[in-house]
Amino acid sequence: MSGIINEIEHVVIKFAGDSGDGIQLTGSQFTTNTALRGNDLSTFPDFPAEIRAPLGTLPGVSGFQLHFSSNSVYTPGDDCDVLVAMNAAALKVNLKSIKKGGTIIVNTDGFDSKNLRLANYADDDNPLNNNSLESYTVHKIDVTKLTREALAESTLGVKEKDRAKNMFVLGFLYWMYDRDLASTKRFLEEKFGKKPDLFDSNIKALQAGYNFGDTTELFSTRYTVAKAVVKAGVYRSITGNSAISLGLVTAAQKSGLQLFLGSYPITPASDILHDLSKYKNFNVITFQAEDEIAAITSSIGASYGGSLGITTTSGPGMALKAEAMGLAMMLEIPLVIINIQRGGPSTGLPTKTEQSDLMQAYYGRNGECPIPIISASSPSDCFYVAIEACRISIEHMTPVILLSDGFIANGAEPWKFPSASDIVEIKVTFKKSLDEGEEKFLPYLRDEKLVRPWSIPGYAGLEHRIGGLEKQDITGNVSYDADNHEHMVKTRQAKVDMIANYIPEQEINLGADSGDILILGWGSTSGVITTVVQKLIKEGHSISHCHLRYIRPFPKNLGNIFKRFKKVIIPEINNGQLVKIIRDLYLVDAIAYNKIKGNPITQAELEGFIMTHTGK
Amino acid sequence: MSTLTAKDFVTDQEVRWCPGCGDYSILKQVQTVLPTLGIPRENIAIISGIGCSSRFPYYMNTYGMHSIHGRATAIASGLKASRPDLSVWIVTGDGDSMSIGGNHLIHLLRRNFNVQILLFNNQIYGLTKGQYSPTSEENKITKSTPFGSLDHPFNPGALALGADATFIARSMDRDPKHLQEMLRRSHAHQGTSFLEIYQNCNIFNDMAFEVFTEKGSKPEEAVFVEHGKPLLFGANQDKGIRLDGFKPQVVSMSDYSADDLWIHDEKDIYKAQILTRLFDNPTSDNHLPRPFGVFYAIDRPCYEEQLHAQVAHALSVKGKGDLDKLIAGNETWTVL
Repeated sequence: MSGIINEIEHVVIKFAGDSGDGIQLTGSQFTTNTALRGNDLSTFPDFPAEIRAPLGTLPGVSGFQLHFSSNSVYTPGDDCDVLVAMNAAALKVNLKSIKKGGTIIVNTDGFDSKNLRLANYADDDNPLNNNSLESYTVHKIDVTKLTREALAESTLGVKEKDRAKNMFVLGFLYWMYDRDLASTKRFLEEKFGKKPDLFDSNIKALQAGYNFGDTTELFSTRYTVAKAVVKAGVYRSITGNSAISLGLVTAAQKSGLQLFLGSYPITPASDILHDLSKYKNFNVITFQAEDEIAAITSSIGASYGGSLGITTTSGPGMALKAEAMGLAMMLEIPLVIINIQRGGPSTGLPTKTEQSDLMQAYYGRNGECPIPIISASSPSDCFYVAIEACRISIEHMTPVILLSDGFIANGAEPWKFPSASDIVEIKVTFKKSLDEGEEKFLPYLRDEKLVRPWSIPGYAGLEHRIGGLEKQDITGNVSYDADNHEHMVKTRQAKVDMIANYIPEQEINLGADSGDILILGWGSTSGVITTVVQKLIKEGHSISHCHLRYIRPFPKNLGNIFKRFKKVIIPEINNGQLVKIIRDLYLVDAIAYNKIKGNPITQAELEGFIMTHTGK
Repeated sequence: MSTLTAKDFVTDQEVRWCPGCGDYSILKQVQTVLPTLGIPRENIAIISGIGCSSRFPYYMNTYGMHSIHGRATAIASGLKASRPDLSVWIVTGDGDSMSIGGNHLIHLLRRNFNVQILLFNNQIYGLTKGQYSPTSEENKITKSTPFGSLDHPFNPGALALGADATFIARSMDRDPKHLQEMLRRSHAHQGTSFLEIYQNCNIFNDMAFEVFTEKGSKPEEAVFVEHGKPLLFGANQDKGIRLDGFKPQVVSMSDYSADDLWIHDEKDIYKAQILTRLFDNPTSDNHLPRPFGVFYAIDRPCYEEQLHAQVAHALSVKGKGDLDKLIAGNETWTVL
């Protein structure tokens, strides 16, 4: 019967199998269950670009890594304690990332001769039968057979029965980690409520997996991870893309504007389009445009009409939007361009993560075209950053680029979410009539922030024309005057620079405010930097961590922070981009640490690199 | 509002088209027609792309945007989606709408936003000083094609019909009365109105439409179609077009009566397919005359109406969104 329950501090578990095996679903269900259990967690879904890559092959392996703990968790973990491998390819791809002594749970049906061949194992070299897995604890379960047996009475075909395999595995893991099944039962009810035979088969498989752990004596040990000690409050689990969607709706509500999203489907940004298309009763309009250019230009049209125009994309789509971004910058109207970065260049690695569009965001347009840039550092941070992007865009009448990436877009973490009333209103002032003494509307007359009025069609007496041609200061009329052009270029730059007066100063996120080493990060490297710097501080190193949210303009005090450290190290998932901008603007001899493998930097990698710079 | 005149639509900006450009006439007809449509001036937005014609908004005292090359159609789509209350006019040229902006044009037509497209077709690139355009005739000698162009030209009306446009018409800069009528019809149509206007570029492609626009040849080369009326043309309306099966043929009215002719039906998509295909080279033997007028006009729901109906439906079913509930999602847990 049910084994002894051992309490452990944390677990890194990875689900791996064919992309058609329901791995992502299994992972996200286990995540929800873990979150409801009260553990802190971080996830890393990692899947191929193909929807159904060839079955059983190495490139077709889909993975979902989850790190949960009774302590604070900032990353999905380096190597895993437990690997669930649905076939031989899944084992082969992930073997190098299992801790020595770790646990491997395999579906033996996925190790037949065909699967072995597809995974490039020699015929007589089944890793389950030779001694290659000696240093691991291996649990062999014929998941396929057991699932079919559990569903013997079902009228479903074999193919459909086999689709419930992932529920069997999930049920087994729920037993192993001492969970209840309620959250997944609720989920299945919602998903299959109207298809009773599918609902039944999934529930039965789930229960059968749980019972299998409970009744067979193969498994002597179960594990439990105590609730994490976190701030009191109400929590939910959130992914970065969902958080962006919620942030955008919040910003629209807080500004009283209609939200208009113009978007063209692209991995890994499409989920924002999917989410927002459901929120029509929040006065949200979504427009799936014919291409990336129409996606941004329709948003420009909507902003011109007085909506909060948003466009979402990833690197290749951002490249196509470049000219239109220049137009929005020239028009000086609000627009938020959201780039969920992925591996590039060109089509690159659509489902893998990278931070390689920073240069594109910073410099990638014709002419002198400064556009503010803001970046998200974790799934839940996406919520606040989305609101902040909208706030800057509206209050400073400028397009704003928000950079996220595939890692935090799909990754999940618990989030102590705010109440709507905690979010500050965003002030919108439409110009509706001429002021007293104003004879003629001057669309490019600026206020103390160098911001021009937001004048939208529909107000008599303010009819005016705007466009992409250089315009005369104040009147906005077309002007090719040499001095005026230089003045306008400098003015637009000054307007963006001035935003630094309206954003918080940079804080030292971890460690002392001076010392030997400063780790400067941006975006999704926040978790791994936090984890490593915490550890090194504990070990007595003089090291601190600054994580940037505002990249253009930088916080005003950033230059001073650099002066207080002997070395500045900038880890990035690219070939060195922020580091170049920092060196350029601050003449700091910053040290680059770069990884360009389509996946996040691990703790071991970052710690190893930092240690080569700690010598006194 | 009712007292608006053409003058109210003139801006203080100097009009900078070349003297003699066909754009002047189009500007004048638009300024003449707009005050008669009963739209408050502040509710009019004119969106253009890039090209000579796209300077148009600067000369119209309404709201306006001179945007980037080819994208006026997409910008107008977003504007109309978010502001169905506005009267949105797109001013574009043959290069702007059918070359760099071809994709947005066809998608706007199939979506059927209630906007007007004024396509100034001069069959040449004017602003870049004289390269051939997607509507230039084959073998055209231009700066970029000294040995003659190889591209087969677009037939704009047929292209629009292929994209399931709901309103397709053609007019010309040199026939103010007809152009004014076509502008009125374009505005009256609920849906995307595609109005192609033959416009003379007297610098780079002078007389491109001469045979259709000049007194001497116009009666023989242009046939003006009207709903419910036979296709008659010729100096004394002495010629007609009849349909022999699917094949149009020119007949003499001394041999046929008006009842024998092709009676124009704006709502007949099959006839519209044939009508938009009357696109013969006017220098070829036995060519058919070029049609002008409203070729096709049918009703189909407008995109923005349906879009806002979905929003209204969501509001009526779910009620006004509760932001706190949205942020909390479906599964929460409490830490004490």
